[in-house]
Amino acid sequence: MSAVLFFVAAIGAITGAIGVVTLRNPFYSVLALVGHLICLAALFLLLRAEFVAAAQVVVYAGAVMVLYVFVVAYIGGGEETTGFAARGAGALRVVGPLFALALAVELCIAMLGSALKGISGKGAPYVAGFGSPRQIGQLFLTKYLFPFEVASLLLLVAAVGAVLLARRQRGLEGPDQQLEVMIRAPRPAYTGTMAEAAGSARAAGATEPVGGPGAT
Amino acid sequence: MGIGWYLVVSAMVFCIGAGGVLTRRNPLVILLCLELMLNAANLALVAFSRMWGGEDGQVFALIVMVVAACEVTVGLGLIVAIHRRRLPVNVDELNELQG
Repeated sequence: MSAVLFFVAAIGAITGAIGVVTLRNPFYSVLALVGHLICLAALFLLLRAEFVAAAQVVVYAGAVMVLYVFVVAYIGGGEETTGFAARGAGALRVVGPLFALALAVELCIAMLGSALKGISGKGAPYVAGFGSPRQIGQLFLTKYLFPFEVASLLLLVAAVGAVLLARRQRGLEGPDQQLEVMIRAPRPAYTGTMAEAAGSARAAGATEPVGGPGAT
Repeated sequence: MGIGWYLVVSAMVFCIGAGGVLTRRNPLVILLCLELMLNAANLALVAFSRMWGGEDGQVFALIVMVVAACEVTVGLGLIVAIHRRRLPVNVDELNELQG
C-alpha cells in the first residue's frame, strides 16, 4: 500500500516538475507547481512528517502560490517572448539541459557510491509522536530557538523590502504622467473645478490652465 | 519503501529545477524553478530525518520554507517593479544594472 502511494506521489511530483519547466504559459507553470507541491506533501506524509506536510499545503500551496497567481495575473501571463536580445542565449538553451543531465548523473553516482548504510533501509523504527507539532514545537523553542527568531526577523525584513520594491513611485511611470497631463489641461472658467472653489483660480483667465502645481 | 527512493525523487526534481533555471527566460518561471530546487532539498532533509529518527531535519525543512517564502516575496516585488517601469520581463534583455 505504501509502495503504491509512494509511486503515485513520486510520479505526480516529477510530472509536476517537468510541467513547471516545459509549459510555455507561466500561469500553467504555477498550476503545475501547485500539483507538484501537493504530491510532495503526500511524500512527506509517507515519511511521517505530518507537521511539515501540513505546513507545505497551507503555506506553500495555499499562500505562496496565491501570491504567484496574483503576480502572473498582474504581469499578464502571456507566452514567453521568443526573440533573443542577447547573443549566446541559443547556446545556453542547448547547454542548460546538458548541464542538468550531468548534475543528475553526478547525483546518481554520489547516491550509488554512498557509504550510508541507512539509505537502503526503511529508516529508524517509528515511535509514536514522531514529526508531530508537539515535537517540532519543542525543538523550535529549545534547541533551535535562535534560528526560529532569526527566521521571524528575516520574514519582517522581506515583507518591508517587498513593499519598498513594489511601491508606486511618483512621476516615473506612464500612467502617472498621463494623469498629470489631464490635470493640467486648460479648462474654461466657471466649470466648477476644485481650484475655483478654493478661490485660487482667476476668473478672468478663461484659457489659463487651472489647478496646476501652484494651485495644489 | 527505502529511503534511497525518496532521495532519487529528490535528485530528479532538483535536476529538473536546475535545468529550468538555465533554460527559461521569464523571471517568474525562474522563481518557480528555484522553488522546485528548494523543495527537492526539503524532501531530502525530511527523508534523512526519517532515516535517523530525529526531527532536526524537519525543523530545518521548515526553516527552508521560511527562506523560500522570503525569496518569493522579494523576487515577486522585483518583478512587479520591473513591470511598472515598462522594462521587458525577460532575463536576457535585463542585462544592464542601471535604473
